[in-house]
This record gives sequence, structure tokens and C-alpha cells, in this order.
Amino acid sequence: METQTRRFKQNAREAMADGQLAQALTRLGEGFPLRRAEAIDRLPEFDQLRDAAKAIKDHTLAHLDLYLEQYESKVKEAGGHVHWCRTGQDAREKILEICRTVGAKTVTKSKSMIGEEIAINDFLEENGVAPIETDLGEYIIQLRKEPPSHIIAPAVHLNKGQVEDTFRKAHTNLDPARNLDDPKSLLEEARVELREKFLHADVGLTGANFLIAETGTNVLVTNEGNADLTYSLPRVHIVIASLEKVIPTLEDTATVLRVLARSGTGQDITVYTTFCTGPKRPDDLDGPDEYHVILLDNGRTELVGTEFQEMLRCIRCGSCLNHCPVYHAIGGHAYGWVYSGPMGAVLIPGLIGIHEAGDLPNASTLCGKCETVCPMRIPLPKMLRAWRERQYQRKGNSAAGRWSLQLWAALAKRPKLYRAVTGPLMTALAIFGRKRGRFKWLPLAGGWTGPRDLPAPQGDSFIAQYHKGPVGAVVRSKGQ
Amino acid sequence: MTEHSSSPSNPPASPNVGLFATCLVDLMRPSVGFATVKLLEDAGCRVSVPEAQTCCGQPAYNSGDSADARDIAKNVIQVFEGFDYVVAPSGSCAGMLSHHYPHLLKDDAAWKPRAEALAAKTFELVAFLTDVLQAEISPPDLDVTATYHDSCSGLRELGIKSQPRALLGKVGGLRLVEGDIPETCCGFGGLFCVKYPDISERMVDAKADDILATGADLLLAGDLGCLMNMAGRLKRRGARVEARHVAEVLAGMTDRPAIGEADEDTA
Repeated sequence: METQTRRFKQNAREAMADGQLAQALTRLGEGFPLRRAEAIDRLPEFDQLRDAAKAIKDHTLAHLDLYLEQYESKVKEAGGHVHWCRTGQDAREKILEICRTVGAKTVTKSKSMIGEEIAINDFLEENGVAPIETDLGEYIIQLRKEPPSHIIAPAVHLNKGQVEDTFRKAHTNLDPARNLDDPKSLLEEARVELREKFLHADVGLTGANFLIAETGTNVLVTNEGNADLTYSLPRVHIVIASLEKVIPTLEDTATVLRVLARSGTGQDITVYTTFCTGPKRPDDLDGPDEYHVILLDNGRTELVGTEFQEMLRCIRCGSCLNHCPVYHAIGGHAYGWVYSGPMGAVLIPGLIGIHEAGDLPNASTLCGKCETVCPMRIPLPKMLRAWRERQYQRKGNSAAGRWSLQLWAALAKRPKLYRAVTGPLMTALAIFGRKRGRFKWLPLAGGWTGPRDLPAPQGDSFIAQYHKGPVGAVVRSKGQ
Repeated sequence: MTEHSSSPSNPPASPNVGLFATCLVDLMRPSVGFATVKLLEDAGCRVSVPEAQTCCGQPAYNSGDSADARDIAKNVIQVFEGFDYVVAPSGSCAGMLSHHYPHLLKDDAAWKPRAEALAAKTFELVAFLTDVLQAEISPPDLDVTATYHDSCSGLRELGIKSQPRALLGKVGGLRLVEGDIPETCCGFGGLFCVKYPDISERMVDAKADDILATGADLLLAGDLGCLMNMAGRLKRRGARVEARHVAEVLAGMTDRPAIGEADEDTA
């Protein structure tokens, strides 16, 4: 998709003007956190599992080259192919090349954020191969030509009425009298439409939640079973995954799986957890003839060894989005690219550059909720701050902002000057604000007084009053 | 002033406390500073308010200006390192001193130990009274229905949750009603609220709705930034709910108008 990160402020304003979106975000903000809390209450060892999961990922990232090579050799042993792709363009071309070798006309696809990241659907379409999303949410947004608004619930910004409208427009043979006013009937409609497409697809494209080095296996975590039909029915299975998805062993995978769904949807485990290793073996009843893994870097190895390395622990559970008050206010599309919420605000500048996504790490109060709910204990606020530091170093923020900040810092470093400047200012504000106790508007304070009144200062500063007595305190209370 | 050896669990009988007033309390609401002095002195502390203090440096730190933030941090360390304890009526500023100064100065061999030493003896006011001094405070009665907002830094960096509620429980006549989302950020976020005013507005509106739904007459919190944001929005919406720093109620210093109120409003 086209990057819209530079339009962040405008995107956010437009999103907040959408009343239907606000309702959807309220539902999300109430539902997911509650279910997560309930799931964790049922598992007293949850925090120990988080520590264990974090340790596994830290270890893997410290030996990333080793595990990736092991993974590659195990995939080959099982009869599969691994394609190392440095950029999104490399990955797109490799996928198209594989599709062409089998003369593919249609490609079924299960949900993959890497697919979104490299915009594979648009590319295949431009090259005469029809991609068909089979995850219900992804299918809906594909019909609407929208990007996902949430990493695990791509159509969470829509209500069922909007989905019905979308289906009635897209499914031209649909009986107008057919009842589509509840989620179940919508699901039935999508299922009927998709079933045929599963059967006729030439290639199945899936993502991967884990790539297991010990066995050369990719793991797929879904709730709809669509991934199983996607990989097992066509002749060719292509897995697209970024390289930090690698994990040493099956046992490690089991540990991380225990925190994944609980953190995201609040399920103990997702409905389907599928392990795919290589193409169909001679004794297998079904499965693909060919098995390919597109192993994508796309800037991730640049993050290794930096203050952003810990971001590569992310397992895309969505918990930070579900608990973020900024995400609850503006939704996922406002962020302007495929990722969103706190993880997006850290990852996007890492993948496309801070100069392209300067607002994202700034549009956070650093409230810290995301870090407390991250199953991998990723210090998201610390990394948001680290991006701000990089941005400041390269003078990436506005001149006016830098100037006022430097003025403030210059004063804060010189206590006597600070007192000389702030003292009379506060006293004057106290005099002007005495009558109402607050200001509806003040010059240079429009950011504050746009949405809220500014409480007036009480009078002379505390330090001045404490050391000199309340001499000249302009707003005295009755008792003092 | 000499260094005293003391630990959080074993405070000296009459500890020397340096009050870090915070820039907002200093400039906007001195009554919180005086309430803090009273609470500390009533609990047996000798309180000093160094004149050379300004700001903890968060505006610079959170804007990526680490060089200025480090300079400001060094000033605070120099001014306050001689005290037994440093106490601030703010979880956000106390968290800056106790969590972020050591991180800021971690690569500076001379300053790192000084930052860590200061961090170890810096506390937010209510946590200090409760956890360190285990002070038996006896605040005056206040007939009011109040709700409490857990400011983010105090809650998540410093673990302040039960302490203010325990102390407010000693205020006769005060009925504390919890909102549904006391732990959700109010949308202040320092410069965030002026850089992204419309997102901040959406966030503070959710807070305002929650506060109003409690039916409380008084909003309390331990951080003036959050309080000014919430009070400012509540007033803009025409709500009658008043807002005060928790120290004002605990010290019995509620004679000054509430945040954003004029004398006439409370007469």
C-alpha cells in the first residue's frame, strides 16, 4: 500500500470525525483487554511464561545467523526451498517467479502482515495473477480495497452493516432477498464464495507465526481454518515470513504460543495451530507438491545491535494496540502504513525511516500501558523515546518546536535566570486570570486552549513564596 | 550538608528531606507545595526547598533532546544529592529522577553513580509517606464524594496505587468512588497535549466521561499536569466537578480555590 505516514495528523483528524469508527474502537477497547485479563487470571504462571518467552527470543536474536542457517538446512532436508530476500521488491519478484513457473492464475492467501508489508496483492494483480484473501477480515478489506486497521483483526474498524454492503456490491450473483444481517450469515456467505476459490487455486500463500530452526517447520496460528485449506489444497505452498520469526525448537514454540493468543484475543490458544514442514511426502494423503519460504529482511537486520533490537521480539499479538488509548482514539488507518499502535509507531520508522514517519513516535503520551501488556516485555515507551532522540539529532522536528524547547532548556539550566523570567510571567498571568481562575484562550497557548481551559497560576511561585513569605502574592485566600 | 546513610526501610528519626517541588507546582499551584511541606513536617521530616531547582528535564528528555536533559539532570543531582531523601508531589517527576536519570547518565562514569544514588532516595510524596515513613497522618475531615485518577508514571513506573487510597481512607467524610478507567491515561503526556491537541482531546473526553459517571464532586490525583488537563477539559465542558492535588486534601489545605476555579466559583 502507499505510505500515508506523513499525513498522520490529518489521518487522525479524519478518523476521529468518523462516528462509526469510534463505536468500533470502543467495542475493541472494551472487549480484547477484558478477555486478555480473564485469560491471564486463569494462568497464574503467565508472568513466568513471559520471562521465558522473552529469554527465548533474546537468545535467538543474539544468534540469529546461526538459527537462520539451521532453519534453511532443515527446510531443504524436508524437500523445501528457502529464498533470502533483502527487500520487498526481491520478495515480490520471487513470489511472481514461482507463480509463473506453475502457470498460476489464482493465488489463495491466508492472513499475513508481511504480505501487507510488501504489498504482494497489488503486485500479483498488476502481473495477471489474482490473489484471493481467505481470512474473513482480510477478505472483507480486500473487497473494499482498504489496508488492515489492526494486525490481528484487520477489519475491526467495520460494523456488520458495512460488511453486508460490501458483500452485496462484490457478490453480484447474490439474491437481494437473502438475509445478511448477522455475523453468522455473513460468514456463511463468505464461506460459500471462498470454497470454490480454494479448490481452484494454483498457489497457496501463507504467512508464518514461527519458523522452527530445529525442524524447518512454519507455524500458522488462525481461528478460521482458512490457512489449512490455503496451504494444503494448491500444488504450491509459499510461506512469506520476516527473518526474526525464527525460533530454535518446537519446545520453545510451545512456550511462546502459551502467551501469544492469551495476550491478543484472550483465548488460551487459537482454534487452529498448524505446523507445516516441507512439501507432501510420498505417504502423505494431501499437501503441496512444492514448498517455498520467502525469508524477508526488509530492514530488520539493520535494527539488530541497535536500541531497537528488542522490537524484533514482537510476536504480533496485537495486545499493545488493544490497550493503547491513542489507538483507541484514532484507530489503525491513521498511522498510515500496515502496522499501527505502539508496535507500529516503533517498527514503522525502523522499516521506512524516521524521516517518513516522524509523527508516529511522537504521538504517544508514553503512558506505558503497552509495555505492561506486552507478552515479550518490549520496552515500547523507551523505544518511542529513542526514535525521538534520533529525530532530534537529525533536526527532523519543526524549527519552532526546537526553538521553544531550547529556550526552555536554557532557562531550566540557569536557576536564577529561570526565576527572573518565570516569576513576573506567572504573577502577570495570575493577575489576568484572577477573575475566572482560568483562561479560555492565551497567545501562544493554542495547543492547550483549543480543547481545554488553562488553569491560571495562583500567584507568585512556590519557591518565591516559601523563601520570602507570600510578599506580593496576588491571589490570597481568605485564610492566609 | 553531609551524606546520611539510610535506607527506605530504615529512615532516620528526623530525616532531612529535599523537596523537589516540580515546575508545575512551583509556577502554577504553590498551595500543593505548601501542602507537601506540611505533610512532610507533620510526619517528622526536616524539609528544605532548594532555590536552585527548576524542572526535572522531562520536556527535553521526552522530545529527544538528551543533551539538555542530561545537563538539567546534573543540576538536580548537584542540588539534591546531600539530602537523606528527595520527595516530589508528582509521580511523573519522581519517576524521572528515580528511573530515567540513571538511564540518561549510564555512559558517564562520573555521573552514573551519583544519578543512581539520587534515584535510590527519591520518592513520590504519597508513596514516601506510606511506604518509607509509614506515617500515621490524621487529616481533617472533608465532606465530599471524590474519585481518584492514577497518573501513568506513578502507577506504572513507581507502583503507586493503594497508597493514596489508604491515606484518603483516613479523611473523615470523604467517600471515594472509583471510575471504570482510573488507570487509563488522561491524554496529558507533557508536550503531547499541545502537539496533538485533538487526539489529546479525545482521550481526556473519555476520562471526563468516566469521572462524571462516578457522580463525584471532586477529582483527585497526584500529578498536577494530569489534573490541569482534566480540570481544563471538565471546565471547558461546563462540568461542576472540582479538581485538586491529593496533597491538598491530605494536608487539609483546601481553602484555596480548586484547580482552574476563581474565588467566586467556590464562595
